[in-house]
Amino acid sequence: MPHDHADHDHPHSLLPSDPALRVKALETILVAKGLVEPAAMGAILDTYERRVGPHLGAAVVARAWSDPAFRAQLLEDATAAVAALGISGRQGEHVVAVENTPEVHNMVVCTLCSCYPWPLLGIPPAWYKSDAYRARAVREPRRVLAEFGVTLPDGQAVRVWDSTAEVRYLVIPMRPEGTGGMDEAALAALVTRDSMIGTGLPERPR
Amino acid sequence: MTRVHDMGGRWGDGPVVPEPQGIVPFAEDWHRTALALTLAAGGLGAWTIDASRHARERLAPKDYARFSYYEKWIAALADLLVAEGLVTGAELAAGKAASAAPHPRLFRAGSVGPALARGTPYARPAAAPAFTVGDIVRTRLPARNTRVPGGHTRLPAYAAGQAGRIVLIHGAHVLPDTNAHGLGECPEPLYTVAFRAGDLWGEAEAPGDEVTLDLWQSYLERA
Repeated sequence: MPHDHADHDHPHSLLPSDPALRVKALETILVAKGLVEPAAMGAILDTYERRVGPHLGAAVVARAWSDPAFRAQLLEDATAAVAALGISGRQGEHVVAVENTPEVHNMVVCTLCSCYPWPLLGIPPAWYKSDAYRARAVREPRRVLAEFGVTLPDGQAVRVWDSTAEVRYLVIPMRPEGTGGMDEAALAALVTRDSMIGTGLPERPR
Repeated sequence: MTRVHDMGGRWGDGPVVPEPQGIVPFAEDWHRTALALTLAAGGLGAWTIDASRHARERLAPKDYARFSYYEKWIAALADLLVAEGLVTGAELAAGKAASAAPHPRLFRAGSVGPALARGTPYARPAAAPAFTVGDIVRTRLPARNTRVPGGHTRLPAYAAGQAGRIVLIHGAHVLPDTNAHGLGECPEPLYTVAFRAGDLWGEAEAPGDEVTLDLWQSYLERA
């Protein structure tokens, strides 16, 4: 039978205890050994600090609100639908869009780690990765929603999606009332990151 | 038994603290380095995402609990690098290493954009699924890796031994329980299974509330 690595074997404890120093030491080693290219690190950071974030998911939601054919395609095969908008890749290889309705409110968590649709929403916020959210979202989603200032109406069930595989879930919130004449760009500005995780609702038009 | 990371349903963690909307800024400069270093080293292709998740999960429970998020990443990265023979314990202890030629699979800046946009798809061709939407299935009890004691699995303890309803079929996906341990991809049909919150927790916050999980066929039997 194959064995797991010995549980007492934790080489990381050889690094300095201060986290900033540990990271620096590891970076120094990896760059010296030709295992990491500093320019590649820069390109990775440029991607997630400037290019990829919830504005991309918001554009998808606004398109779904505006274009019934796109909405149908998104609900049928979200991976293909968002790829047609140039959105794809790491931690979003397999996407499923789940639509909120008056009957069901969807909310996404990863209780086992921090799985999150990076190409659509960017890097997850700290609360999404926190023990409190991971532990509580599945057992008491309505109490968690209350901490985000969200109270659901009576009769709307909650469905919590625990992301245990490589499928990444995007919540399509309900289009707010009073947005009938708005174009996609104006609609996208109402779509918050949290509304696409299911811990928030879109902003109301001013 | 599963490991320390398997915390779904646990009590005692306190409130969730919301943050401003938009792109999430890094709270500390070393968080930036930790993320970039982890992804850049991952680009060597020396381990799978399943192996990297398991490297975080198998941190000692006391370390897992006290480490911040990116501290877990860095600890797991160091452990993986040593396990794969890319870095030695002596180099970690010294905090430096002798210069070496670029690794043949060094993740170059020019590859970053295309590689991140491509990702690593986990869907594979495989046999037709045994279950169909609407079927009632029961999950493995206890939640565990049946091949590797203490090994990686994606069935959380809170959903072990529970009956649920198939709501989506995703085709076949790589099986983490083998792939994390170098035992092959062993693709299996992957399903989304919906469980009644009342079944999982004794009572639901409201009638009709559900929790869904993505579960591989070998985790399930017909109920």
